[in-house]
Amino acid sequence: MVALLLAVPVLVIIGSLALPFSEMWHHLIQTVLSDYIVNSLLLMIGVGLGTFFLGVSAAWLTAMCDFPGRRFFSWALLLPLAMPAYIIAYTYTGILDFTGPVQTILRETFNWGYGDYWFPEIRSLGGAACMLSLVLYPYVYLLARVAFTEQSTALLEASRNLGRGPWTTLFLVALPMARPAVAAGVSLALMETLADFGTVDYFGVSVFTTGIFRTWYGLGELTTAAQLASFLLLFVFALFALERISRGRIRFHHSAVRRQVARVELHGWRGSACFGASAAILLAGFILPAGQLLFWAARDWPRQFDTDFLALAGNSFMLAAVASTCCLLIALFLAYGRRLYPGRMEALSVRTAAMGYAVPGTVIAVGVLIPFAWFDNHLDSFLREHFGISSGLLLSGSLIALVFAYLVRFLSVSLQSVESGLARVRPSLDESARSLGHTPAAVLRRVHLPILRGSMLTALLLVFVDVLKELPATLILRPFNFNTLAVRTYELASDERLADAATPALTIVLIGLLPVILLSRGISSGEEQ
Amino acid sequence: MLVPLKKLTRLIPLFTFILVTPSLIAAEVNVYSARKEALIKPLLDKFSAESGIKVNLVTAKGDALLTRLKSEGLNSPADVLITTDAGRLYRAQQADVLQPIASEMLSESIPAHLRSPENFWFGLSVRARAIVYSNNRVQPTNLSTYEALTEPQWKGRICIRSSSNIYNQSLVAGMLATQGEKKTASWLAAFVPNFARPPQGGDRDQVAAIAAGLCDVAVVNSYYLGAMIKSSDPKQQAAAAKVGIFWPNQEDRGTHINVSGAGVTSASKNREQAIALIEFLARSDSQTWYAESNNEYPSRAGVDPGELLKSWGDFKADQVDVSELGRLNAQAVMAMDRASWK
Repeated sequence: MVALLLAVPVLVIIGSLALPFSEMWHHLIQTVLSDYIVNSLLLMIGVGLGTFFLGVSAAWLTAMCDFPGRRFFSWALLLPLAMPAYIIAYTYTGILDFTGPVQTILRETFNWGYGDYWFPEIRSLGGAACMLSLVLYPYVYLLARVAFTEQSTALLEASRNLGRGPWTTLFLVALPMARPAVAAGVSLALMETLADFGTVDYFGVSVFTTGIFRTWYGLGELTTAAQLASFLLLFVFALFALERISRGRIRFHHSAVRRQVARVELHGWRGSACFGASAAILLAGFILPAGQLLFWAARDWPRQFDTDFLALAGNSFMLAAVASTCCLLIALFLAYGRRLYPGRMEALSVRTAAMGYAVPGTVIAVGVLIPFAWFDNHLDSFLREHFGISSGLLLSGSLIALVFAYLVRFLSVSLQSVESGLARVRPSLDESARSLGHTPAAVLRRVHLPILRGSMLTALLLVFVDVLKELPATLILRPFNFNTLAVRTYELASDERLADAATPALTIVLIGLLPVILLSRGISSGEEQ
Repeated sequence: MLVPLKKLTRLIPLFTFILVTPSLIAAEVNVYSARKEALIKPLLDKFSAESGIKVNLVTAKGDALLTRLKSEGLNSPADVLITTDAGRLYRAQQADVLQPIASEMLSESIPAHLRSPENFWFGLSVRARAIVYSNNRVQPTNLSTYEALTEPQWKGRICIRSSSNIYNQSLVAGMLATQGEKKTASWLAAFVPNFARPPQGGDRDQVAAIAAGLCDVAVVNSYYLGAMIKSSDPKQQAAAAKVGIFWPNQEDRGTHINVSGAGVTSASKNREQAIALIEFLARSDSQTWYAESNNEYPSRAGVDPGELLKSWGDFKADQVDVSELGRLNAQAVMAMDRASWK
């Protein structure tokens, strides 16, 4: 029931397929559609490989090896998460563009002019894939790291004892066991990629999302735009189904015996190499762009920082806290319900609801707007007719609608974390607890929750940071006189006032740091147990 | 727990507050604005101070606001829709979310081609799409019209942003309105191959690209150049100092312009206050403030636009009815798709 309710906005969008297809389709197919599809696929491949490579290596290094700075990196590597993708795109363009400092210094040093030398073009498909990978790899990192640390050490040790090297152990034992987590992380990254608009728009890459907005804003065809979005959804649906089918009936449970992971100690050049690799990821994903922001903000922050600003920060924090808590509770409820009572209908609604993540925020917002306003207007006319009172718009334009939109959009994130955690708990554990006389609720509280601690914190953090950064749905669904940091950042940045946008953007990052630190404490204390 | 219970309980009054507010307090006006908060809030505050009418504001993208207005229907709390671009105003009128208003002050001060013929909406500021050129590589005497940018001498020398951008869409829509479909298509077919690079970035980026020597001319909205000149960033100032501004098509139809404007919603429950607000925004002093802080041109004649805009000189603006731009917008996008303007 809950899942069905959450699936409504997605169903509203898919429902557009039932409406007649306009002539615009003919035009799209003839001209730009193939571009959209090819570019979207290439972008997905790029981001998929990028996040997999960065995320898994970072997780493996910090979970399984000991090298100088490991403790620091294990939480610092989460930092890029707090960086909105379009902001990192702006900062890197500022640095690497033809007019930026890097190329200018090159030209001045070697006395080159335009066309005399080759330099990678940042505003390109490849550039977009790099930017997105840099901010999205923490999804893979977080989930894979939890999976690696929760893996039974016995299996890994067995593998090493049987003469396998560390690399073979990684590829043949650890990675396959972490597959649900890695797949969940990569699919989150891919869904976010498909929903991204800011980065691709700024870089001038024509992908499906830009197509949806071009059709809506430029051609004024909301229905056609919704139909485009539906095809995107069906595609994502198919992709997930494929992953599930290929995973087949394999399950990834662990023995209940858990011990402190014996990290491989690395010294000398190996240690330095690990340090270098982690530092490089951190530098590219966070320090460089944050440094650029700091540089911009240093000049302008007094003008931005007023009492209004504190209210913005407060609003952002409150929304993120409420939405992430709701998301986690619902995700727990859904995931647990599915474990207890596996049924097709429930499974399908949960999947549908979770699709919301792959849809651009504005489109989801429309999916929320339409049913809410419909409900409000009908309730209003019903009350007028029968009781002579007017309720006006009850839910539309309230924070409830906004939080609901966040649930729809980010449920997938918390669900993936919770489910991948739950998948590692043997059903036999449930069964023994039940046979010892515990109710399902008691099993959840006394058995699952302690085991799921890491996954739950992960879910909470991811949604918190996502809501903090969320823009399009906030923009259109918020009540009067209600602003957030992301809204402020966007308004300034879209007016091409990047320097002014730096202060609110940095504040998003700072607020995002809070849960990152809490989480890393939570995870490491979980590890010590 | 990460979220203390106190935080949550504090939300309850907030929710009720938001649910109840619209019906309780009188003398206020609710605004949906596609114009950014920073560019409108100071004016709205001034209006409140003068009239005692409280202004509530939501800003978002024009099309999204329009969708919100449409689905909220007659229960919508909004009284005024402020949006950039005549295309959006036209769409709002088509969607029946605006109502005509009879205001002598507005119909007298706003020229006919900058408002809807039936008085559904009124243009409040004007932006012009000018040609910007490199001071040391281009003789302004070589420039004349948008059409002339198709000449072979400009091959590989033009910078312009993506066709997804509304400014380019309405530029092409304006051409469709005045030159017809055939001429526009052949202009596009010759214009696009002259680009120095695939379209990317915003208008300021095109100016920066000229300054860096990547291209020699760009088609940009004049207020971006104004913002760069007044910028606190020395790099932007330096880039802006390397270019000049040229008003194209002065011998024929005039430079392409578009408007930001406002209208009263069909659902408005504070109609009087809504009209008062729009009249306030159309006043000379409001228009001067806007021109000075955003470098757009005032929509009414005889208003002081500030020093910088005066220094760029007067120019002849295209007199085509701006609602035509809205009507032809979709056609313009399709024409650009066919010409492979990314």
